[in-house]
Amino acid sequence: MSDRAMGLSSAVGLERPDDSGKRSDEQILEAVGRGDDDALGVLYDRFGRVAYGLAYRILRDQSLAEDAVQEAFLAVWRSADAYKRERAKPSTWILTVVHRRSVDLVRREERRRGEPLEAAPEPTSGPADEDASLRDQRVAVQAALSELPGDQRQALELAYYGGLTQSQLAERLGVPLGTIKIRMFAGLGRLRELLATKV
Amino acid sequence: MTRMAEFEIHELAAPYALDALDSEDRWTYERHLDTCDLCREEVAALREIATNLSYGVEGKEPPADLRARIVAAAREEPRSATVLPMRQRRWMLPATAAAAAAAACAAVGLGLWANTLRDAPTRVVAMEGGGSLIVSGNQATLVACVKAPPAGKTYEAWVIENGVTRPAALFAGGCQHVVLDKPVQSGTSVTVTLEAAGGVEAPTGIALMSADV
Repeated sequence: MSDRAMGLSSAVGLERPDDSGKRSDEQILEAVGRGDDDALGVLYDRFGRVAYGLAYRILRDQSLAEDAVQEAFLAVWRSADAYKRERAKPSTWILTVVHRRSVDLVRREERRRGEPLEAAPEPTSGPADEDASLRDQRVAVQAALSELPGDQRQALELAYYGGLTQSQLAERLGVPLGTIKIRMFAGLGRLRELLATKV
Repeated sequence: MTRMAEFEIHELAAPYALDALDSEDRWTYERHLDTCDLCREEVAALREIATNLSYGVEGKEPPADLRARIVAAAREEPRSATVLPMRQRRWMLPATAAAAAAAACAAVGLGLWANTLRDAPTRVVAMEGGGSLIVSGNQATLVACVKAPPAGKTYEAWVIENGVTRPAALFAGGCQHVVLDKPVQSGTSVTVTLEAAGGVEAPTGIALMSADV
């Protein structure tokens, strides 16, 4: 089994492939927790690209996406020492912080402007020099998403990529709030199953 | 989705894991997380799944100097002065939290759920009708917020395997974490019905919630 496949199966997690001979993500995060700013740079090398892609997808604005990523990595910098004893995967933790910061920023901006941010043009493919494992992970996640029932996929995408709250989703789709919650639960559960088969 | 309305299930774990709660609901739910070990476990597992979506985005190249800016900003930051004691941070009011460093709070708040992750793989299975099952090994815990049952009634959970239905737990209204007393495995189904108080040996009510493990 390839590193990539192991990463996929270990996760439902699409953990980044382990670079043998290099420090693990946990070790890097521990170093960040000790105040090693070079380690923070390494952490950025590992997750910065995914983090920025996510922030840009949510915020649809380069400058806001940069702010979100910078604030999230500084938040990790400040609290990595509290994290180091814990068991969640660093990738999950870091990307969760990036996601939350991006969602908070997009909601603040839309309140301030009184309208949704303009949709950014969707690239049809990743950057030419995109890392092969990142590309494979993207293909696997997109394939899993495409196999979800439409209403579940829509709920996950509008919430996770669109930054919509469950109440906004219910209003936009004209369905009860309870229905949105069920779609989110069911969608995440099904996504997990689908990703487990993409190895 | 009439069953949802009938049950008034206030299940916020999945919307929370997707960052789809508004700030008030998020704050309320995080106070609940402070006191609910199983909910933190559930959220951790759901976060794990949701984070996969980060990898589904078409790559957008970050600016070349962003790395240097982040590292430079970190070097300038007096780390020890920015970290509040955990206890103080956990109970800050939302407005105060926002006025302080929102991202930093988020990072630590998320660390709170992260520390509940264990080595044993834990799965969360969404139940049709609401609620979810946390499955660890062959043990399942049902997590749901349900309306109080009518007088003389109780909720009863069932484990169905190879066509045999066996009672697995009784529970009342409110936010419940019910450990099923029958083992589950792949192919097992779990359902919940409303039954006479004290429970019955075979289900008579309709399935209010159900899931395949």
